Amino acid sequence: MSDPILEVRNLVKRYPTVNAVDGVSFSVPEGICFGLLGPNGAGKTTTIEIMEGILAPTSGEVLYRGVPLGPRFREEAGILFQKTALQDFLTVRQTLAMFRGLYDRGLDVEEVIRLCALEKLADRDNRKLSGGQQQRLLLAVALVNDPAMLFLDEPTTGLDPQARRNFWELIESIKARRKTIILTTHYMDEAELLCDDIAIMDRGHIIARGGPQQLLQEHFEQVLLELPKKDLPEDARRLGLKIIESTERVEIATHDVENTLRSLIDARVPLRNLRIRPPNLEDLFLELTGKELRA
Amino acid sequence: MMRRLLAVWHARNLEFVRDRGTLIFTLLLPIMLVVGMSFVFGGPERPLFKVGVLDSRIDKSSHPFLHERFVDFVPIANEHDGLPKITHQQVDLLVDLHSAPPRYWVNTDSPKGYIIEKLLLAAAPAAQRQPVTGAAVRYVDWLFPGILGMNMMFSCLFGVGYVVLRYRKSGFLKRLHATPLTAFEFLTAQVLSRLCLILFVSAVLYFGIGSLIHFHSVGHTLLLIPIAVLGSLSMIALGLTLAAGISSEELVGGLLNMLTWPMMVLSGIWFSLEGSPRWVQWAAHLFPLTHLLDAARAVMLDGAGVAQIAPHLLYLGVTALVFLAFGAWSFRWRVE
Repeated sequence: MSDPILEVRNLVKRYPTVNAVDGVSFSVPEGICFGLLGPNGAGKTTTIEIMEGILAPTSGEVLYRGVPLGPRFREEAGILFQKTALQDFLTVRQTLAMFRGLYDRGLDVEEVIRLCALEKLADRDNRKLSGGQQQRLLLAVALVNDPAMLFLDEPTTGLDPQARRNFWELIESIKARRKTIILTTHYMDEAELLCDDIAIMDRGHIIARGGPQQLLQEHFEQVLLELPKKDLPEDARRLGLKIIESTERVEIATHDVENTLRSLIDARVPLRNLRIRPPNLEDLFLELTGKELRA
Repeated sequence: MMRRLLAVWHARNLEFVRDRGTLIFTLLLPIMLVVGMSFVFGGPERPLFKVGVLDSRIDKSSHPFLHERFVDFVPIANEHDGLPKITHQQVDLLVDLHSAPPRYWVNTDSPKGYIIEKLLLAAAPAAQRQPVTGAAVRYVDWLFPGILGMNMMFSCLFGVGYVVLRYRKSGFLKRLHATPLTAFEFLTAQVLSRLCLILFVSAVLYFGIGSLIHFHSVGHTLLLIPIAVLGSLSMIALGLTLAAGISSEELVGGLLNMLTWPMMVLSGIWFSLEGSPRWVQWAAHLFPLTHLLDAARAVMLDGAGVAQIAPHLLYLGVTALVFLAFGAWSFRWRVE
C-alpha cells in the first residue's frame, strides 16, 4: 500500500468547556474519497479545520506527505468550506483569476470554468448566482490550483435535489482525475455514493472506520422490514421481534425474513405497505451513535 | 509574493470601482461641501476693520488709536504669529503700540489696509510703516484642504477597517487563509489598493474643485504628494489597526466614530484652533489628520517648502509604521 497522503496523529482540541477532539488518529491513502461523518457536535468540523491547517490543535499533529502542514500543503490543497462569501462586484472569471494568482501552479482559469460547467456564468457577478451555481464556483475556486488533495466540508447542504445530483457528478469527475478527497456530509446517500473509506466520529472520537460496505457487513447481519406504525398492532409487538421505532414507521431487524413474515401474517399484520431493505449508512450511524444525523 | 499581492490588489480595486454608490458618494460629498460652505460663508465681508495688536490683551486706555469706532482690535501674541495674518489679509493692520515710536505692518494689496492706515496715522503720526504684500485667503481656500483631508480620513478609516471586518465576518478571510497568501501580503495589498484609490480620487477633487473655486496653490503642488501619501498611509494603517482583530461591527463602528468625530472637530477641517486651550491643541496634534492638514495648508496657502513640513511628514511616517506593525501583529483571519 502506498504511503498515506495525510496522517492525523493523536489530535486533541480542547476548549474551556469541552474537548472537541479527543485523541483522534487516522491516515488517508492517496487517490481515495475519504468521508468523515458524525452528528452535530461530534468534532468533525474541528478535525477537518485542523487538517486544513486553519485551526491549531491543542496537541497532536497532521502530516501531509510525511511532513507537518506547511507551504507545500497550502500550494497543493483545495478547500471548499461550509460557508464562504466571495468578493462583491467581481465576476466568476475575475474571482477565479484572483485565486489563481495566489498559487505558483494550477489550472488555466478557462479550464476550471469548463471543468465546473461555469461557461455560461463566467461573466456574471458573484452576487447573482443561485445556491447551486455558487457552490460550483466555490468548487472551482478549490480546484484552481489543481490540488492533489481536496477538502469538501458539507458541500451540498442547502442545495435542491437536482443541484445535489449535478454536484455529485462533478465530484465523480474530480475523483476520476485521481484527486484525494476529504468529504464531510450530513447526507448518508452522498457518503455511500462518493466515499471509498469512511470514519464515523462521535464525542471527539473515531468510533468506526472502513469502507461503507465493509462497515455495514461488520455491524449488520440482518435485513430490515419497514412498516407504517399504525399497521403494527399491540399483539404483534409481543412476538419477540427486534423493533426499532421512529415517528411514523417501525423497522423490524431480522436474520430470518421468511419466519418473521410468517409470524406477522399469523398476527394478522397487514403487509400491503411492507418494505424489505438492506441496512444503509444511516442505520449504521443510528446504531453506532444513537443519534439522528441532522439532530 | 508580488503576484499574490497584485491579485488581491487588483480584485479589491475592481470591487471598489464597481461599487458605484460608494464611488459617487466619495466624489460628490466633498464637492457639495465645498460649494455649500463657500455659499454659506462667502459673500460680502462684514463692514468692520480688523486690527491685530501685539499684546496679550487689549487695554483701550493705552493708546488713543484703540478708541476708534467700527474697528475690531484682536490681541496677537507676537510678530511671528501676526505676519501671516497680515500677509493673508486675515487682519487689515498689525500694530505694535509698545515700541517707541509705534510700528505697524500694512498689506499694500489690501484696500481696507489703505483706509485703516490713515486712521492710525491720524492717531499716531510718527508710527513706522512696514509694508507687506499678499493676496487675501478666502475661507473657501482655507476650507479646501480641510474638505480633501476629511474625505481622505473617511475613505482611509471606513474604507479599509470595515472592508476587512466584512471579509472576516463573511468567511472570505478564512478562505484566503487556506491559500499561500500571507497576512503581510494581504494587508499590504489592502493598503496599496486604498492608497492608489485615495490618491486618484484626491487628485480628481483637487483639480476639479480647485478649478471650480479658482484656487491656486502658493507652494509647489508636487509637495502635496508626499503629504497625501504619508497622511493616507497613517490613517489607513490606523483603520487596519482597529479592525485587525475585532469581529463586531458595532464595536468597530463605535471605535471609528470615536476617532473620526474628534478629528472632525479638532484637526482643523472647518476652523482654526488658534486661541483654543493649550491641551486641546496638544490633543489635536496626536491625530494624523491634523498633521496632514497643517502640512497641506502650509504648502497650499503659505508656500512652505520641504523643510517647513518635514516634522509633519516625519510624524505621519512614524505613525504609519507603528499602526501597520500593530495591525499586522494583531491581525486575525477568522472570527474566533
